[in-house]
Amino acid sequence: MREVAIIGTGITKFQEFWDKSFRRLGIEAGLSAIKDSNITGSDIDALYIGNTSAGQFINQEHIGPLVAEEVGLSSGHIPATRVEGGSAAGGLALAQAWSSIASGMHDIVVVGGAEKMSDLSQPEIIKAEASGADQEWESFFGATMSSLWALMARRHMYEYGTTREQMASVPVKNHSNAVNNPNAQFRFPIKIESVLNSPIESDPLTVLEASPVSDGAAALVLASVDKASEYTSDPVIIKGIGQGTDSLALHDRLSYTTCRATSKAVDGALKMSGYSIENIDIAEVHDAYSISEIMAIEDLGFVEKGEGGKAVEEGWTDIGDRIPVNTSGGLKARGNPLGATGIAQIVEICHQLQSKADKRQVEGARIGLAHNMGGTGGTAVVHVLEVK
Amino acid sequence: MIPRFWREIPSRYNLIGTKCPKCSTIFFPPKEICKRCRRSSIDQMEKEKLSGKGTIQSFTRVHEAANGFDEITPYYLALIELDEGPTVMAQIVDCMEEELAIGVRVKMAFRKVSQEGSSGTIHYGYKFLIDK
Repeated sequence: MREVAIIGTGITKFQEFWDKSFRRLGIEAGLSAIKDSNITGSDIDALYIGNTSAGQFINQEHIGPLVAEEVGLSSGHIPATRVEGGSAAGGLALAQAWSSIASGMHDIVVVGGAEKMSDLSQPEIIKAEASGADQEWESFFGATMSSLWALMARRHMYEYGTTREQMASVPVKNHSNAVNNPNAQFRFPIKIESVLNSPIESDPLTVLEASPVSDGAAALVLASVDKASEYTSDPVIIKGIGQGTDSLALHDRLSYTTCRATSKAVDGALKMSGYSIENIDIAEVHDAYSISEIMAIEDLGFVEKGEGGKAVEEGWTDIGDRIPVNTSGGLKARGNPLGATGIAQIVEICHQLQSKADKRQVEGARIGLAHNMGGTGGTAVVHVLEVK
Repeated sequence: MIPRFWREIPSRYNLIGTKCPKCSTIFFPPKEICKRCRRSSIDQMEKEKLSGKGTIQSFTRVHEAANGFDEITPYYLALIELDEGPTVMAQIVDCMEEELAIGVRVKMAFRKVSQEGSSGTIHYGYKFLIDK
């Protein structure tokens, strides 16, 4: 397999855009990545687009040719493929793009992620998100995404003594990081009391523990390592990729407090990279809910099982501490336009590794990890990135 | 929108699972293949009627619900480990909040689950009650 590098990144601001369409957001992110990479349109061999549910959100399927046309690439008739995997769509799209270069099939590929969620009403959004759970045996009975995570949260509290204050520390930390991210949706700090006293979505989880409804897009330009040097002096190398799967429905799993898809994905990614978890300097993890980040840092191996809540509360995952997590603000505060999220995580890691993260820069960050997940953990993708 | 064939799934109403004759593992919702024995279980899985009794493994009170559940919001959802082994996700009804805890015994009941608007199709299925 050939090594693959990221040679350009682009991202839109994440927020509820009432004046920008899905197309507009895709164009903004795609063109800024292409511009950043110094390639020209005729260099591009293929397009991959991560998108969770444009069919439900904007009644538009068949995203590949739509994006190809809008970014000016339809005239070359290059392959354009939409990848879906719940909210792991972005990470999966990157994995597909990586494979196409690693295998030798393509040399330069653009991979993007985009979602436009805010056109639907709140109950419709809840329903669209719930379609990432098992419709026949979960959603039919009244399960929503937040209720399934709430079931995991209560079980985690029961098994490991995780407290509400520890869980509330996750959005507090992520909001604090987002203050310094100009593209983040919520650039203001929040207090633990506000999190605990905000309206309940699904007991024990409150509104301020859940990632928001967001619109946005992000894009990357990938190249084989030998080609990369023609375009950039600071490529970010994709050192490892891992992907894992678990049952779609929560009740079919062996554990409700461990996401085995994540464990599988991180094992694969680290093995390929040749690094161990202790070598990782920074991480972007899938904090769809507060408990998701706590479980993620445990299942990735940054802390012992059951210590995730304590780790966040004690500040181990703050910028400047043991392992900074979600320096971008995470899904909670940077925003979570589902299909764009996996790519946005990679954009943040690239900025950190290239020392372009300004006020939220982690000093000396050289190796980063991104963890993108679908639904309640049926799919997980982990990427390990390194700058030379 | 609920696919029409879902109304014809017997396990919605009766907690009928499947059992692997090789390793005796019982699955609910019913599975066509045993996750452990795989190939040797193909076409061998047997129907198994479950007692409908089990224990709460986790529970939540849902305030933000999808369409079709407005009339009953907030409602309780739980992961219930059935006595025969498999776990189901279902609503707990006719209970006081203080009766809910991990470890509490529950039993199945047949109930209306949701409806499509005030004059639309009504969907039925299982829910659970506290087993006093």
